[in-house]
Amino acid sequence: MASLEEEFTLSSVVLSAGSEGLLGVEQSSKADQFLVTDNGRTVILYKVSDQKPLGSWSVKQGQIITCPAVCNFQTGEYIVVHDNKVLRIWNNEDVNLDKVFKATLSAEVCRILSVQGTEPLVLFKEGAVRGLEALLAEPQQKIETVISDEEVIKWTKFFIVFRHPVLIFITEKHGNYFAYVQMFNSRVLSKYTLLFGQDENSVIESFTASVDRKFIALMSLSSDGCIYETLIPIRPTDPEKNRSLVRSLLFKAVVSGNTQHGVALTVLDQDHVAVLGSPLAASKECLSIWNIKFQTLHTSKELPQGTSGQLWYYGENLFMLHGRSLTVIPYKCEVSSLAGALGKLKHSQDPGTHVTPHFVNWETPQECGLEAQNSEPSRRILRRRKIEVSLQPEVPPSKQLLSTVMKDSEKHIEVELRKFLAIKQTPDFHTVIGDTVTGLLERCKAEPSFYPRNCLMQLTQTHVLSYSLCPDLMEIALQKKDVQLLQLCLQHFPDIPELVTCACLKIFLSIADDSLQETDVNMESVFDCSNSVHDEKMEEQTEILQNGFNPEEDKCNKCDQELNEKPQAKTKETTSCPVIPKRAALLNAILHSAYSETFLLPHLKDIPAQHITLFLKYLYFLYLKCSENATLTLPGIHPPTLNQIMDWICLLLDANFTVVVMMPEAKRLLINLYRLVKSQISVYSELNKIEVSFRELQKLNQEKNNRGLYSIEVLELF
Amino acid sequence: MGEFKVHRVRFFNYVPSAIRCVAYNNHSNRLAVSRTDGTVEIYNLSANYFQEKFFPGHESRATEALCWAEGQRLFSAGLNGEIIEYDLQALKIKYAMDAFGGPIWSMAASPSGSQLLIGCEDGSVKLFQITPDKIQFERNFDRQKSRILSLSWHPSGTHIAAGSIDYISVFDVKSGSAVRKMIVDRQYMGVSKRKCIVWGVAFLSDGTIISVDSAGKVQFWDSATGTLVKSHLIANADVQSIAVANQEDSFVVGTAEGTVFHFQLVPVTSNSSEKQWVRTKPFQHHTHDVRTVAHSPTSLISGGTDTHLVIRPLMEKLEVKNYDAALRKITFPHRRLISCSRKRQLLLFQFAHHLELWRLGSTVATGKMGDPENIICSCISPCGSWIAYSTASRFFLYRLNYEHDNISLKRVSKMPAFLRSALQILFSEDSTKLFVASNQGTLHIVQLSGGSFKHLHAFQPQSGTVEAMCLLAVSPDGNWLAASGTSAGVHLHCTVPAYNFPVTAMAIAPNTNNLVIAHSDQQVFEYSIPDKHYTDWSRTVQKHGFHHLWLQRDTPITHISFHPKRPMHILLHDAYMFCIIDKSLPLPNDKTLLYNPFPPTNESDVVQRRTAHAFKISKIYKPLLFMDLLDERTLVAVERPLDDIIAQLPPPIKKKKFGT
Repeated sequence: MASLEEEFTLSSVVLSAGSEGLLGVEQSSKADQFLVTDNGRTVILYKVSDQKPLGSWSVKQGQIITCPAVCNFQTGEYIVVHDNKVLRIWNNEDVNLDKVFKATLSAEVCRILSVQGTEPLVLFKEGAVRGLEALLAEPQQKIETVISDEEVIKWTKFFIVFRHPVLIFITEKHGNYFAYVQMFNSRVLSKYTLLFGQDENSVIESFTASVDRKFIALMSLSSDGCIYETLIPIRPTDPEKNRSLVRSLLFKAVVSGNTQHGVALTVLDQDHVAVLGSPLAASKECLSIWNIKFQTLHTSKELPQGTSGQLWYYGENLFMLHGRSLTVIPYKCEVSSLAGALGKLKHSQDPGTHVTPHFVNWETPQECGLEAQNSEPSRRILRRRKIEVSLQPEVPPSKQLLSTVMKDSEKHIEVELRKFLAIKQTPDFHTVIGDTVTGLLERCKAEPSFYPRNCLMQLTQTHVLSYSLCPDLMEIALQKKDVQLLQLCLQHFPDIPELVTCACLKIFLSIADDSLQETDVNMESVFDCSNSVHDEKMEEQTEILQNGFNPEEDKCNKCDQELNEKPQAKTKETTSCPVIPKRAALLNAILHSAYSETFLLPHLKDIPAQHITLFLKYLYFLYLKCSENATLTLPGIHPPTLNQIMDWICLLLDANFTVVVMMPEAKRLLINLYRLVKSQISVYSELNKIEVSFRELQKLNQEKNNRGLYSIEVLELF
Repeated sequence: MGEFKVHRVRFFNYVPSAIRCVAYNNHSNRLAVSRTDGTVEIYNLSANYFQEKFFPGHESRATEALCWAEGQRLFSAGLNGEIIEYDLQALKIKYAMDAFGGPIWSMAASPSGSQLLIGCEDGSVKLFQITPDKIQFERNFDRQKSRILSLSWHPSGTHIAAGSIDYISVFDVKSGSAVRKMIVDRQYMGVSKRKCIVWGVAFLSDGTIISVDSAGKVQFWDSATGTLVKSHLIANADVQSIAVANQEDSFVVGTAEGTVFHFQLVPVTSNSSEKQWVRTKPFQHHTHDVRTVAHSPTSLISGGTDTHLVIRPLMEKLEVKNYDAALRKITFPHRRLISCSRKRQLLLFQFAHHLELWRLGSTVATGKMGDPENIICSCISPCGSWIAYSTASRFFLYRLNYEHDNISLKRVSKMPAFLRSALQILFSEDSTKLFVASNQGTLHIVQLSGGSFKHLHAFQPQSGTVEAMCLLAVSPDGNWLAASGTSAGVHLHCTVPAYNFPVTAMAIAPNTNNLVIAHSDQQVFEYSIPDKHYTDWSRTVQKHGFHHLWLQRDTPITHISFHPKRPMHILLHDAYMFCIIDKSLPLPNDKTLLYNPFPPTNESDVVQRRTAHAFKISKIYKPLLFMDLLDERTLVAVERPLDDIIAQLPPPIKKKKFGT
């Protein structure tokens, strides 16, 4: 798709351009540098990427440059003609044009033409052409007349075709146009008459040409606003004969016919042309890029300050005189697709098509992007692909899996999934898993009876899924009250929102015991409560721990005294686990999950009060268990930590304190909790005192290392 | 082995001066380092980074630039406006020449080495021709508006880049005119508030100029067009130095935050030919400003206000991963600054401009001089009644008189003319003779008696050599004198067989007259002077080889002494360990534990005997600047903890740390 980039002004200095515009913009031998010849006395060398001039040369007052300066690509010198006949050649180091090489010619020069790879040519006004070297060898040589008397050269271009220079120039005489093609390998000059065809009275405004193997495609923009194409054969069959060429309409009404300003046309590449002019009679001037093949407008840019009707195109830059300043618009044309060639039409997405979710696979580079950027993909990937090929002779299991997901039965999907998981090392593993889950979930939504529980559990356990990848998974599990899957999700997903965590907690607390018994919950985080006799013994120890201080001596209020009345019986009551082990495992999953307090608190308020009490009871139980041993940890493989327990107690009390306080059945629990906390605080304050003493010890140790300026010691060598 | 009473001395208040410039010489693999007090030190990187030469500083001479030219010639220039050439043989200043441009801020030798360029305070850039024995002013370049702080030659020698305040100029050497002027952005952290000083420039052969400036930027300029190509903001403070590798594929910059950044020219993608400069590694070995950096083929060298010279080897450039691949941090001079009088238990501390004399147990006297010149060397006689020291132009001898606890100092006047400057001073064991190594290569022997002295003899250097002697050793019976020059050889009345590493310390044992020599590659030799060959023990050691951990120590041995009662013992130390070598015990092989800090616990004698070896090492005292035997059972150890040095440095740039 062709596009125009942001324009920039090359020189804000007012060039003495005059109404006719500039004399010319020509390439120099360095890629980024261009020679700009104004319509007076000055040649300026610009570096486009820096947007600044590198050099400027002027001829003397009274002299006038008559032909745009060009660069001799073979020597890097610059050539200009002033006063029609005087040729000047200089290079970057020269400062004054008066002091550089000068050659006075015997005839008036029309243009000097120079392209990369060959010596420059001098085209005289009478149509004769000379190579620069030959001309300089004998500047005063006689120049023959080629074109007839009142013929004027309108336009000229120089090509290299099959490494041979070809010059084409168009002349005009009384409204008739002639094309001359000069071949330099055979020194043949062919003349053609350009015929207008049906539309006889239009005037040709601008020419441009491109070349392919056999023809020069000459394009012309006529005053009726249409672009015509004339094919001129490069190798004429009979050079002597004067032949006529008919032009064909390429496309209509690109610009309005009757503009005051000039219009210009430039071929950009095979398919694209740039047209400068007003699209409608009254509108402002525009630069537009057209695709010839599809006859579509690709892009256009308004030039409100008007132009001189001149347009040059070199490399990737379009040059024009916008207002009084030389403006450059970088042009880019990427490889166009059919969709792109359809032009600026807004192609909205067809609502009917099903958009497959696209999971970015970070482990392998995006293949399409890779191939576009780098023609040779790295060997590593190639090798990996080979392995894949050898592993998967026919349909890759991933594809098969995806198709199965959409159609087949639960059993079948399970089998396919197991197959796929068996060969785990495929590079698109992540993407396939992602696609599979999304496919399954969509089907679940569509068919209420379809619930491939085992597949979903397997997929969750692959460790590649996350909540944000498939939010529907937990939603469906919540709907189905599938606590086992929810537990897995809580364990494996790192990014579960607090709302969902809370919803899980609600289900875990509300689900009936007998329905829980049927499920197969992971019990790893729950320690064995079976040896309750042992618990009793531990309970005794808890009391001892509580008596680490003397509560009687503590000056606490009466209420506190009351609380201490019958601690033994009450503690016993609470030390048996308030929930069945399976529910404990589920709650532990909640305790382990990550959350942010601010977002969790509002949702916790929605939980019914009796469930809060139950959860608090469980947490209290865990806390008691924790404080049984010195390391303050729970037994088991992956138990909740003391900090997690504490945080959740705080959270629950913060969220629901007013509600819980009002509940008679929670009163006992709260009192017990309060007592325990109070006793713990006393214990820790005692520990604090001990720590202070030990800190002194550390200080002593430091002093030992940091000796004074002078000491006498004993050194023992052995 | 033995028990000693150790006087652990930490009151030697020595602070090395900050490093100002380093210059690396590719031909000889030597490094010249200049410090803010004008001292210039030469390190031999091939000889285990040994500091083999030094030139004492002078208060008025602040070196701002240092460079090697014409292969082995060393030049410095400073704020006193003088260009100085050093005589590396005689260890003195060859000449000083005023450049008449005010203080000199920068200097660069041309790629061919035949021309010297200096940048002055008044904005002038002056070109000097280096003639075989001097330098000659050639011409001035176009004068600039402000001081020229940095200079760099294009490798072809046709152009130079000069960094000034707020801009960089490019000069054509042939015409002397400024052909480009590149303005450096003043913006500092988004606000343009102060001048942007171009601290360093480097001109690459492809025409790229790299500049570092006070706004914390490293910038790449195209010298042909005068345009900025790329800019890296690497620090919040000044970037003060830059050095480019010879291959121009990597360079290093140092910042005022103490960080050194390594930049490398790496391909944009693997196996593409297009390359770009990428900041690859940051190193934080300094706490203060990195004033100067150098880039040797295999390592990055940096130095600055925190006085450490850091040599960081580039692992990718090293073929063999031996001990050279380790980071070196050189803080203390590789020579002795302390001498002691055993008889009176006195310690003489040598500082840059003064001496301090301490009696162990009680403070005694501090001699302060107002001399602008730095002290080269000093010595107190074993009897404690004489002190001698020398600066670059004068030699001083004092007589000490003791009346109970009071000490009076009396200067011995009328020193003979030949005793102008000494590189090393030594008293004989009985304090009757004074040995002076002058920088002309001559050794003078002076007889001291009562309050007067008498010139006895002068050993002239071997004809043709002017090499200065830096180390002296005298036998306790006063019959033998050993001297060692800056290169490897040791001279007596005969010459000890040459060894290719410089001598770091030597001493002659009593009774046997065995000369013990320590070299910078950590080898220790014992040479029998009467027999004129290496002793059997020395040969055994060479055959057996030293323990690998012994050879991997990175500081040289700076002092060797002997136990008066135990002839088999050699006492020596470097900055991190003190060692007694017992020649009667078997040598350790690489499998045995060289350093065993734990005392033997009631193990049987057999085990103890089997594990015991000749090297008895103690690492309790560090950094150890001096350790010597006062009497049979008493040692004195002078330590200089690094924390105490850091406490005396100016505060570093405060960096915001998380949570403060």
